[in-house]
Amino acid sequence: MRLQYPPNVRIIEVPCTGKVDINHLLMAFEVGADGVIVVGCLEGDCHYMAGNLHAKKRVSRVKGILDRVGLGGERVGMYNLSSGMGGRFAEIVREMTEKIMELGPSPIRKATGTALKAAGEVAA
Amino acid sequence: MIKAIPKPIEEIIENVKDCDKLLIAGCDGCVTVCEAGGLKEAKILASALRLYFTQGGKQAQVDDTSLTRQCEKEYLAQLSDRIDQYDAVVSLACGCGVQYLAEMYDKKVIYPGVDTCFMGVNEERGLYSERCQACGRCILAETGGICPIARCSKRMLNGPCGGSDKGKCEVSKDVPCGWELIYERLKTVGQLDRFENPTVPKDWTTSRDGGPRKIVREDLRI
Repeated sequence: MRLQYPPNVRIIEVPCTGKVDINHLLMAFEVGADGVIVVGCLEGDCHYMAGNLHAKKRVSRVKGILDRVGLGGERVGMYNLSSGMGGRFAEIVREMTEKIMELGPSPIRKATGTALKAAGEVAA
Repeated sequence: MIKAIPKPIEEIIENVKDCDKLLIAGCDGCVTVCEAGGLKEAKILASALRLYFTQGGKQAQVDDTSLTRQCEKEYLAQLSDRIDQYDAVVSLACGCGVQYLAEMYDKKVIYPGVDTCFMGVNEERGLYSERCQACGRCILAETGGICPIARCSKRMLNGPCGGSDKGKCEVSKDVPCGWELIYERLKTVGQLDRFENPTVPKDWTTSRDGGPRKIVREDLRI
């Protein structure tokens, strides 16, 4: 398909979005991510029954936490796509990148003056 | 088990905003089961507080841990070698754990991280409901295994009252009438004759009316 989307996106593959925990999302922000999107299967199409629905709830909770601690809940989002929707994926990544550009760098990155670190550095 | 819900993070921030070194102490007991205060919740709160401090330009250390149970001294002792380094501890245990932690480390500032709600059951994940009020004198044998103290909004010993309507309590249409439940249960088990003998007035001294309670089991004490 040769679809183009911004190169400043780091893709982390998981077997199911149900594997994505609140702590994983918060850690991404702790190490300096400006924004995070969780892209799961279409609702009703989860091979593990409700993985994407669990992810939706968790993303919603992370939004609330980010709002309350001053980062802004709009920096995290959840999308549902099938494996045949590559075009829409590229579109979402472009949209999210534009939104983050408008919001500016994460206050965490501004406060610490560091570039995005590997998750292992913080966890250690 | 004891059921609790996480406190709003704003309330916790208000308490700890001036701290430089903070420990979030979860409890692996009841609050883990209702997903309010176990290790995972401790990590989430610690991470959220680190984000709060960092975005505000403050370099604060926020660590997390979880104790097997915070209602026992032996497990609270796990913190003895490192609690001194912290300005304060946010305990995610129930009210018992928070108090026992504060009692054991009497010079340390301890803040609660959850609101302790009641003793109840897990109807399903995320849905917990009250079943016992620990009145100290169990009458479940007389009421078909359904407690009128916990399940009747008025704690009536001889119900139902006039507020019972089609099996629901007048307090809310979402609350089943405790005495309707008791009637149906006694009917099912063939013990409806229990309704012929009114329950005698209850001795409430075993409940909170007798002040803070204590159990002394000499057969267990050394």
